[in-house]
This record gives sequence, C-alpha cells and structure tokens, in this order.
Amino acid sequence: MHREFLMGNEAMAVGALAAGVNVVAGYPGTPSTEVLETVARRRPEGVYVEWSVNEKAALEVAAGAAYAGARALVTMKQVGLNVASDPLMSLSYIGVKGGMVVLVADDPGPISSQTEQDTRTFAAYAKLPVLDPSSPSEAYAMMGEAFDLSEELACPVIVRPTTRVDHGYEDVEVADACDWAHREPEGFVRDPSRWVIFPALSVRAHAAIEKRDASLAERLSGYARNTVRQTAGPDARPRLGIATHGISATYVAENLSEKDDVRVLRVATPYPFPEHLAADFLDGLDEVLCVEELDPVIERALIATCGRRGLTVKIRGKLTSDIQPSGENTVESVGRALDAFLRRGEGPAGPSPCSNGPLRTDEPQARPAHAELRAEKDRPTPPQLPIRPPVLCAGCPHRASFYAVKCAMRGKKTLFCGDIGCYTLGNAKPLDMVDTCLCMGAGINIAQGVTHVEPDTAAFAFVGDSTFFASGITGVVNAFYNQADMTLVVLDNSTTAMTGHQPHPGTGRTMMGQVVEKVSVERVLLAIGLTVVETVDPLDHERAVETVRRVADEPGVKAIIFRSPCVVLARPQARSAVDAEKCVGCQRCVRELGCPALVPDASTGKVRIDAAQCTGCTLCEQICPTHAISGGERL
Amino acid sequence: MSNGAMSTDIILAGVGGQGAVLASKLLARAAMGRGLPVKTAETIGMAQRGGSVFSHVRLGEDSSSPLIGRGRADAIVAFEPAEAVRQLSFLRPGGRVVTSDAPVVPVSAATGGPAYDLPAIMSYLHERVGEKNLAVVDAAAAEAELGTARVLNVVLLGAAARAGALGPVTLDDLAAAVRAIVSPRFLDLDLRALSIGDVFFRADKKGQVLRGWPMK
Repeated sequence: MHREFLMGNEAMAVGALAAGVNVVAGYPGTPSTEVLETVARRRPEGVYVEWSVNEKAALEVAAGAAYAGARALVTMKQVGLNVASDPLMSLSYIGVKGGMVVLVADDPGPISSQTEQDTRTFAAYAKLPVLDPSSPSEAYAMMGEAFDLSEELACPVIVRPTTRVDHGYEDVEVADACDWAHREPEGFVRDPSRWVIFPALSVRAHAAIEKRDASLAERLSGYARNTVRQTAGPDARPRLGIATHGISATYVAENLSEKDDVRVLRVATPYPFPEHLAADFLDGLDEVLCVEELDPVIERALIATCGRRGLTVKIRGKLTSDIQPSGENTVESVGRALDAFLRRGEGPAGPSPCSNGPLRTDEPQARPAHAELRAEKDRPTPPQLPIRPPVLCAGCPHRASFYAVKCAMRGKKTLFCGDIGCYTLGNAKPLDMVDTCLCMGAGINIAQGVTHVEPDTAAFAFVGDSTFFASGITGVVNAFYNQADMTLVVLDNSTTAMTGHQPHPGTGRTMMGQVVEKVSVERVLLAIGLTVVETVDPLDHERAVETVRRVADEPGVKAIIFRSPCVVLARPQARSAVDAEKCVGCQRCVRELGCPALVPDASTGKVRIDAAQCTGCTLCEQICPTHAISGGERL
Repeated sequence: MSNGAMSTDIILAGVGGQGAVLASKLLARAAMGRGLPVKTAETIGMAQRGGSVFSHVRLGEDSSSPLIGRGRADAIVAFEPAEAVRQLSFLRPGGRVVTSDAPVVPVSAATGGPAYDLPAIMSYLHERVGEKNLAVVDAAAAEAELGTARVLNVVLLGAAARAGALGPVTLDDLAAAVRAIVSPRFLDLDLRALSIGDVFFRADKKGQVLRGWPMK
C-alpha cells in the first residue's frame, strides 16, 4: 500500500483496477469523466477500456463482458443513466456472472448538468444495490466491495458518488500496482434459460429480486460503512438524531462537536435501506433531522421505518422544509440547519435554512455567516461585480459557425435548436443563437416537431460531432424518413471538447491507443439519403455565410458540416493585433462576436486584443469595417 | 470536529483558464511534502470556459469536508481582483488576501452586463481586508519580468508563500512541488515565476510594486 494524492474519480479508477476489473466502458460527462481516463492511463496489459458512443452502448458492452465472467465497470453521469436505463432495467432481471459496477456520478446544484436527479432513487426503481461514498478514500474502498457484492448477488451494483467526491482530492491509501488482483474470466457459457429475457423469466426474476433485496437490507445493517455514532460518547442518551450520507456527512461532521449531544446515522447503502440499523438509531430519539442532497431518500425510508414499527419519532428534513429541497448543501447551509435543529446559539428558533443556495461562484454577493450579521451594517458597501457566465473560448470555431448562420438568416423566420456540448454556450449574448436545448441529440427532432406546426420556419439543428455519434444519427434518419424540412448543422471540432477532449468515432483514435479508420459524418449523412451535404470552414466567414444561404434554401433535410479543430487542442500560435490608428472605436467586433480576447478601452472606446487569449482565428479581422485588425492566421 | 488551529484553509480564486486547478495541485503537493494531509475541491466543467472558478485547499488534520465554510478561510489567493471580492465571504476575520491587480474583463461587461469597476473593487478590498492583511501583486510587472502572463497562478502562489499566507507551506516547499509535477518544458519558467515573489518583496520596500506589504 502507498499514499497518493488523488481526485475521487482517480481513486475509484484505481479501486476498480486493484479489484481486477477486466473491461471498462463509459461515455464522458461531468463529473464522471476522469474515472475512465484514469483507467486508460494506468491500466495494466489485458484490461480493455473504451469510450463507447453513448451510455447505452457502454452499459451493454460492460454487460456482455460480465456475462462472460469478467469484472466490468461502466461509467457515466446521472443524465447518462437515463440513456442507459433501457438495458439497465432489464439487466437487473437477467443479472451478471462476473462482477459489474455501474458508476453513476450525480451532480447536486446542478453545477454541470441539465437535471438534479438522484441515482439513489433510480437504484431503488431498478432494484439494484447502491453504494454512496463520502470521500475519495471511501470511494476507492467501495469499488472493490461493490465488485464483490455484485459477484455474490449476480447482479450489477451501482456506485453513486456526487461532484464533491468525484472532484475532491485527498491523499488516499491505495494498493501498489503489483498487488492488484488479476482475474481470468471463465468465458460465456451458453444458457438460454439464463441469458434470454422472456416474460416467464421475468416472472421468476422479479420474485427472486424482491426476496433478495429484503434479506440484503437486513444484512446491510451490518455493513461497516453504515454507521451510528454519538457525539457525546456511546453511553450518552441523546434525544436528537441526525441522518445523513455522502458528502453531506462531512458537512455534518464539520458542524458538530462533543458539546452537541446527538446520535448520527450515516447511510452508505440507501438501497436496500438498512432498516434494522435505522431502527436501532431511532430508538430513544424524539426528533431526527435528515441532512441529504437531491431526493429525501433517507428521510422517506425513516418515515417508513417509523410507520412500520409504530415509532413516534418526528422525522424532519426536506419534506418539512428544514433542509433546502433542491441545490447543493454547503458547510454553512448544514451549519444553519443544525443550529436551528439543535437550538444552538442565537440562531433563529424556527427552521429557516432553506434560503441558502448552492455553492456557486456566480452568486451575486457573498452571504454573511450568522455570527457576522451584526457587524455587517458597519461594513463598506460591496461593489457591483462583473458577471462571468461561461463563454466560448477566444478563437472557438463554434463562434464563427453561429455567426455565419446568424448573418445568413438575418431577417428570416428561424428556429435554432441547440444541443449538449460547448456549443450550448452559443446561447450567450451577443451571439444569442440557441432557442432550445433539452438533452443529447434532442435538437434534431425538436426542429422537426416545430416545423410540423410552423412550416414557414427555417429550422436549424446544431449538433456537435460527439453528440452526433452519441444520439444524433437516429434523429437525422427520423427527419429524412418523415419528410422533414430542416437544416442540420454539424459543428465538427474533431473532439468531445466540453468534457475535456475525449476521442470519439470521428477522431480515428481509441482509448486503447489505436489509430483506426474514422467514421465520416458526411458518409453517414449521404448513406441515410441526404443529397445536400456541404462541408465548410466556419472561419472563412464569407464562404460560410454563402454556404448557409444556399443550403438553407434547398428543400427537405440538408446538412452543413462546419469543420475546424477545437483551439484548445490545436493551440494555434498566431495572434491578431489592432492597429490603433485604424481602429475607429465602433466596437462592431465586440458587439457582433463577443470574443473574450477583444477588450474595449473604457476611455477611448478603441479595442485591444488580449494576446494571452487570442488564437489568431481572424474572424474579427474579417468583419472589421476599417480593416484595423491583422496578424492572425486561419488554421 | 470544527475548524481549529491544526488546519490551514486556503481559497484560490480566478477565472477559468488562469490555472487555479494547477495552483491547487502545487499547493497540495507542497503541503504533502511537509507530511500534511490535504483535501481540495475545485471547479471542473462548464465554468472553466471563462467563468469564475475556485479551489478550496485544506491543509492539516483537522478537516472533514473538502469544502471550507463561509467565514472560515485563513487566506484567499486570487488571480484576479473581482474574484477575490467574490470569494470574500469565505474569509475569516483577520484572514489574508493576496491578489493580482490585473482585471480579466468578461465579455458581459462589454455587452450590457455590469461594468468592471476596478477602482471600486480595489478600494473595497482595502477597506474590508485591512491594509496589513492585503497584498496586491503587480501582474504587469510580473508579466514584463517573465515575458508571459500565463504563469500568473504560480507568481501569486510564490507571493502568498512569501507573505506567510499559506500556513506552514514555504517557498521551498512550492519549488519542490513545481519540480515534482510541472513538465520539464515549463519548469524553468514556473520556478522563475515562484521566485518573482522575492523580487516583489524587495521592490516593495521601495514602495513600488506591492502595496500593503509585508503582512504580519
């Protein structure tokens, strides 16, 4: 064993490798991405790893490996689980032979997601055991335990970290690579009565699962990570209890001392819920505060426990507005809730901690801690701060693509459907080019739906290259088959940029390090039957605008592929500069493009280019009415 | 269980792309070199595209959560002055702030969002933090000296160590961390960026580069 400073996601990857994982598949998504990347970086020979085209494919690849007796890991974020839910729900009935861990990273806040869904709830729905780690160290250890449990029960086991565990770093004690388990899978053994799902099998399987989970719940009451502790020692007889989980357990710990006489239940297996342990926890208590993020899973389970056992303990939490119903908990939001619950200090008597929002850096102003409130009125007034919504990078080709479509369609009735990726940021002013965004690949179908209602709208669907392969292709087939009238715009920067530049089928690289034949977006579209498929460099502004005008006028489904590499990967060396003599300070470049490298001078109004950000993409040079900008070089 | 004398809690603040993640790794590595346990939490994902970013770095035994509570941080090291103000609610009374004086003006300030009022931001910092607990690093001077603005994160860490704002972590600890994790291509540059803290420190005695320096 040795100690390493690891991100939670790295720790879980090493945990899986130490447990002898054979096959790892996943689809990138914050906050889960680094797990698979770490596996790829550290894997010993014989471990297979891939970025699959989407989460459904990844889960099915992992299931196949587990059918063959291998230990398999599949990684995704919480919204990815929605994509993978079809195979997962059935796999719950079919089961596995080798251990299979489904690692789903949840995102309270949400910080980088469309939804705040809770995979603990999903696990109960899918009837699969779920482990909920509180720290990178625990997440590391849980991976091996999850594989063991999965193999023993012959069903997938979910490990559900949240953002602060995924992206928190800690020095973690991990096994040396020479001590990692090595397993030779037995191989797939043909047995249609086991591996082929039919209603008759499902009848048997469902009954067996319900029986298994009931006895597993009993057993998990003895799992060492489900704990009951007392702040004032084992002999104290507290009347108040706190039930918590995951990262929130650390916020509770930060806010308790020996002076507080409370009993603390920490639930590491929210499903099956360790009811026996919970009943021991509830014994002798008057009131319990459930400190949870996302759904009130423990709270509902404790209410059920009380109901079943005829206990009169008052259970408080999200359902009683003692804990904020949505958003991320923080050290101080939990502190305030505990102050109120434990009636500590001079805090308000009533429960009112709900006002605290998630820990976001875009909060307009700092909210003072309670103790500081009185001093606050003597303080200087804080200045108004600039707001910093995330923006497309300086030189990002997506900016040029959006701008070309904007220029080409000015004055026409249009619909711009966006999708999931960096290019969602095309919504920001001044581009303002995203009218809808729902989920991976949805924009292509939404565009069709709108035009069925409003046929006079010129509908565009923007989709990135990785999203196109993940879930865009079926939408194009649907559009073509059903005679839609729309323009597909593929923003091809040859990478999965938002999540940190993962390869995908169009890049010609795999996570096993192979260089393979690229899947061509053009050929896919032509094979579907599209006849108008044009590829253009978005940074060639005039040509890009002309192409959009021409293609948008064609009937039916047509496609433009804007191809230009992500500047973060391509690292172009040229820089543009403004000739202050020629710049008349009209700020057209700033107003039209909103590039972060264009900085207007507050006094003269003339524009300066921040060389630290500029990539020399030349877009501003091409639209400057006085030709005051030069020096860039198109890739 | 609460935050006591055993731990040092530091917040690194900046704008996506300024290198907050690398800075927090360097700081953590430096502390581990001293045998201290470390926890960090940071912004990864969409906000990295030009948004406000932060890292919470907790050095020492006495911490459970990777996040620091508001009003509990011992120091804020900011690569950008507005971001120092944005994180100020985390600073404990008497805590220190080390910040760059160079604003990164967001696109929003030029396209109808709130303006960037640098004088108001700097004077607020001076008033709130107090002269003796505030150090302002002249980013332009550092850039001129180093020939690049891209290692401002390391310059600020060096200045913070110089000011004793990093608890037990010294400049030597940081240098060792730089040697351990920075790629050879940037090693010289980053080591120079660290030592620039020295230059400022001396220059300050002539009252030129750093204001509110040294801190006690």
